[in-house]
Amino acid sequence: MSRMETLTTPLLQVKHLTKRYGTRIGCADVSFDLWPGEVLGIVGESGSGKSTLLSCLAGQMTPDQGRVIFDTHDGPRDVLAMGEPERRRLSRSDWAFVHQNPRDGLRMGVTAGGNVGERLMAVGARHYGDIRAKAIDWLGRVEIAAERIDDRPSAFSGGMQQRLQIARNLVTGPRLVFMDEPTGGLDVSVQARLLDLLRGLVREMGLSAIIVTHDLAVVRLLADRLMVMKGGHVVESGLTDQVLDDPQHAYTQLLVSSVLQV
Amino acid sequence: MIRISGVSKNFTLHNQGGTVIPVMAGAALDVAPGECVGLVGASGAGKSTLMRMVWGNYLAASGSIMVGGLDVAQAEPRQIIALRRATLGYVSQFLRVVPRVPTLDVVAEPLLQLGVPQDQARERAAALLARLNIPQRLWGLSPTTFSGGEQQRVNIARGFAHAYPALLLDEPTASLDAANREVVLSLIEEAKARGAAILGIFHDEGARARVCDRLVDVTGFTPKVAA
Repeated sequence: MSRMETLTTPLLQVKHLTKRYGTRIGCADVSFDLWPGEVLGIVGESGSGKSTLLSCLAGQMTPDQGRVIFDTHDGPRDVLAMGEPERRRLSRSDWAFVHQNPRDGLRMGVTAGGNVGERLMAVGARHYGDIRAKAIDWLGRVEIAAERIDDRPSAFSGGMQQRLQIARNLVTGPRLVFMDEPTGGLDVSVQARLLDLLRGLVREMGLSAIIVTHDLAVVRLLADRLMVMKGGHVVESGLTDQVLDDPQHAYTQLLVSSVLQV
Repeated sequence: MIRISGVSKNFTLHNQGGTVIPVMAGAALDVAPGECVGLVGASGAGKSTLMRMVWGNYLAASGSIMVGGLDVAQAEPRQIIALRRATLGYVSQFLRVVPRVPTLDVVAEPLLQLGVPQDQARERAAALLARLNIPQRLWGLSPTTFSGGEQQRVNIARGFAHAYPALLLDEPTASLDAANREVVLSLIEEAKARGAAILGIFHDEGARARVCDRLVDVTGFTPKVAA
């Protein structure tokens, strides 16, 4: 595919995605496009369906209706129509998922270097020296000292665990990163450091990202675009600063005016 | 470069009984390359509202806002993102940055976004910070701890890092001392000389008289109260 084409094709196209839990709505009729290099924030209070949506997009949950079309190296493909092995391969090579709790995204019994190296081996890396060198490089990029490479994540602080999870996810050079409350549960100084790190990585690697959070200050600094969810529905979407500075929907107005200072 | 025509704006307060407040109607103005147009009018008349509609963080209810060939009033978010990256700069009154990021990188960031190599971007940032009298010992620190005047100068350095063809300036000389005010005014004059179209709000009358080629009174865009 030529460079022009990659620039004019959305990386991800989501069409009418719906997930129900029995008669309850998880998320309903969600449609959007995500373009290469773009960061999309999804905000809403607990139970608004944002995490359900993220799980459906990342293939961790099967939606009842809708399509998720990803621009693979062989052109746009419906992820939901793929077989399990193919989707799993995609989720290892092109996608990454950063969980709110690093324990869900790390293997706690494996060393820091092993956590990063394992992802590389999953996409075919075999040379021990190369894998270790790349792991050290990535630990450095997320500000973890090289001498901690043989320590287990259980010996790390929460902020370090979260940075390690990011290194483990980004080492394989994914094109799309899903993040579920990546700064939740961290104290503010650690949050700031993580935000700076994520912003730099997005810029340098040309990543696209979908970030689910309830923290409007985080999306203000990180996301290009915003979707606001309530009761499983997207009630408003647009440029991040437009949605925050001139919210149109009643719920968004309430959400924005409830924050002390965004 | 900037052409506003027939622009109106309402605010609907859903949580206050759906009150609709019309704040602007029939707004129209042009800014040519190399020209600086100053918005005037009493506080609350809509100067900042109009400027925010040009920047795209306020939605226009009707009309068109052309900036370098793109109608901001109709454009997709990603088109506005691209416009802000390369074409349209904005010096607001507030500095919004990720805490902990060094001042030098805050100023260099617009250039890095455009793909300028890091050393060149930092060199340009350093030159601007030096010109705006931010002591070099502060460049490695986050501007979040700086004084109001220092933050304002960092904001200006960031806004002038890239040679945007169109620039929005919201009170760029507020809270600056005479020497720094002079630096900012020369930056504006240089931007005009290289062909930038500038739309600005200046409460500082001396500054306005010196850099503005024309003034537009936004009071003329106030909606007539319905009977």
